[in-house]
Amino acid sequence: MKYAYYPGCSLERSAASYHTSTMAVAGELGLAFQEIPDWNCCGATEYFSLNLLPAYSLVARNLALVPDDLSELAAPCSACYVNLKKTDKYMHKYPKLGAQVNEALAAGGLQYKAGRLKVRHLLDIMVNDVGYQTIAEHVSKPLSGLRVAPYYGCLIVRPDGGFDNPEQPTSLDRLLRALGAEVIDYPLKAQCCGGHMTQITANVAYELIRRLLQNAADYKADLIACLCPMCQLNLDAYQGKVNSHFGTDYNLPVLYFTQLMALAFGLSGDAVGLGSEIVSSAAALAKIGLEVPKPEAKPKRPDKQALPMPTMPDQEA
Amino acid sequence: MASETAHSSPPQTFFEEVMANTPGGEALRLCLQCGTCGGSCPSGEDMDYSPRRIFAMVEANMKDKVLRSNTAWYCVSCYYCMERCPQEIPVTDFMYTLKRMAVAEGLYQGSDAPDWSKTFIGMVEQFGRSFELGLATRYHLTHHPLGKIGLGSFALDMLRRDRLALTPNSIKNMSQLRAILTKAKELGGAQ
Repeated sequence: MKYAYYPGCSLERSAASYHTSTMAVAGELGLAFQEIPDWNCCGATEYFSLNLLPAYSLVARNLALVPDDLSELAAPCSACYVNLKKTDKYMHKYPKLGAQVNEALAAGGLQYKAGRLKVRHLLDIMVNDVGYQTIAEHVSKPLSGLRVAPYYGCLIVRPDGGFDNPEQPTSLDRLLRALGAEVIDYPLKAQCCGGHMTQITANVAYELIRRLLQNAADYKADLIACLCPMCQLNLDAYQGKVNSHFGTDYNLPVLYFTQLMALAFGLSGDAVGLGSEIVSSAAALAKIGLEVPKPEAKPKRPDKQALPMPTMPDQEA
Repeated sequence: MASETAHSSPPQTFFEEVMANTPGGEALRLCLQCGTCGGSCPSGEDMDYSPRRIFAMVEANMKDKVLRSNTAWYCVSCYYCMERCPQEIPVTDFMYTLKRMAVAEGLYQGSDAPDWSKTFIGMVEQFGRSFELGLATRYHLTHHPLGKIGLGSFALDMLRRDRLALTPNSIKNMSQLRAILTKAKELGGAQ
């Protein structure tokens, strides 16, 4: 099966392990993902807050760049997924918006016919095209005894649900069960991680993150499985800040579901970016006899730079 | 402005303007004030006015109060309200509309949220992709120069794991993207 693939900005670096594990798992399952040439950012939730038509046009450039011979577009990031899907839907549902987006695209020599592509989240492809049975057949090292909290977040199931229930989704539960994991059923699995609020109004985000961690901890999860880079970042990289903010001691590693698939398929942790999580998964995975590589001792830095500082292209040596 | 309204006449009131600025915005006329949106909102308790109340205020043309409130900026885009609304009102899309109108009118005060969006989009318009470290650095140095000492350990944790790029990754055909966005801005007017 061949799909156009939209990785999104996070998968280039902060969520590189999601990309690596997706590719590793795709190789095992015989899925082909063809990256959209020269794709651009989806605008996240930010562009819609500033400028409506440019926001839809930014997303639509990606849809227009998908080669003609591909009709399905896979997105592993839930925020990218909802933007791509919503743009396609709204261009069709609101013809005036669709016409204006196409007029903007035409300024760059592009066109997109709304409805041409079927936009799909990676999880949808895994459970509906590959299927639980096939996934189970690829498992050589079942995750038996590992208590996993499936975390869906918002944008994979809302708006419109699509392939799963918008309030009580179960596809990730069933996938993790096919990997042999002990899946916990906790009520907050489709609640919000706070999104960009960690940057803007951190107290609001910390409370939302705390609720999720507490709920997973209440049900004695060893780790959380997620499917969105924003959720992973908030639950993992901000867990320490949540702990210091509330005086709690949560220690819940957060891995991508594709990393767990790869481990169950017998691939090495190194091959799927294990160890790049901030809250170490070593203790949890030791329960099932897996070793987690340690993070690199030295960050990669440009030469002659004492401190890691951002640089713009025209400042590069 | 890209809108899909039943009427072609220009909006006369704030209520009509909000609807005209939102794809599918006419649905707001169907609001029952049932409060399902507010009851479903994960950040509702921190909002100045709940989504239900904000819609009543929009209908009452209380433009100034609506656009000065923090309500839309506390929306986390989780779409629970939109999923549950019995009248199928695109609640989340309305929150985006209120943010755009507040920015355009320069009314919203007391939060850095609009600047976060502007800084983010500035990076995207410059490089075609987001640049997390540059974004966080530029935004936090502007807004919390002393309060973000903790950001250092956060960034180092991310750097140690090779999760932060030090340089932006630009797309190849920036001139094409610029042409598209420029045209879109021209067609869409100020918003």
